[in-house]
Amino acid sequence: MADETTLWISHHLAEKIREHGAETYPHECCGALLGRDSSLVAGTNYDAQAASREILSLFPLINRRDDSPRNRFSLTADDVRDAEKAASAQGLEVVGWYHSHPDHPARPSEYDRDHAWPWYSYIIVSVQHGAPQDMTSWRLNDDRREFSHEGIEIRHRAAV
Amino acid sequence: MATQQRRNRMPVKVMIPTPLRPYAGKRDSAEFKAATVGEALTHLTTQFTDLRKHLFTEDGKLRSFVNVYVNDEDIRYLASENTPTKDGDTISIIPSIAGGCR
Repeated sequence: MADETTLWISHHLAEKIREHGAETYPHECCGALLGRDSSLVAGTNYDAQAASREILSLFPLINRRDDSPRNRFSLTADDVRDAEKAASAQGLEVVGWYHSHPDHPARPSEYDRDHAWPWYSYIIVSVQHGAPQDMTSWRLNDDRREFSHEGIEIRHRAAV
Repeated sequence: MATQQRRNRMPVKVMIPTPLRPYAGKRDSAEFKAATVGEALTHLTTQFTDLRKHLFTEDGKLRSFVNVYVNDEDIRYLASENTPTKDGDTISIIPSIAGGCR
């Protein structure tokens, strides 16, 4: 897809997300993606495709869905506020969220779409039999009807 | 009630969460004169029409994963959208984050 957005992340942080998915298996893991997005810089027009986004830190969280943690995750408003505080303490923004799909492909479900927010990047890591596999990223379209795939580019250097 | 609301319309600040800022001219907050939370949100989505579908369902109800606070109180524990606001109140929209593989 020519108009696909791209998310930059270091190899180290990408591995951290995969490890988190393996750790909580067979339950879903979740956490916040902290980073920078050029579309938030004042004076530029909003254009998701033209904007550049990089993950510079993670904020792992606890899955609050005790009732069905194998196929659901949820975070409280306090978790979200804590993630935002952690981001602003580092001069960053919460630019998205990650979660795992235990024994399921790294594709967003209807439930994911229904609960998604625009603009955020949603990283999904598939964990098969306890071993992390594919990792993908998605963004909800403006009309809320579907997700668009987002490319993940691994930067082979330490995060800034 | 309606008369009273008209009389008490005072300026309140609405904090716009990061994912919705692109739909609100990149602003992180906006000020409106309102007597209730519902009124403030109506002003917000009238000024920034693209925000509406992300905050409200097609039948005009607040989406379940949209949390609204007046100062530090969740409006679900107050009077929901009829929660009265007073001069200088801050209304925060906090996303609820959820998902799952099936």
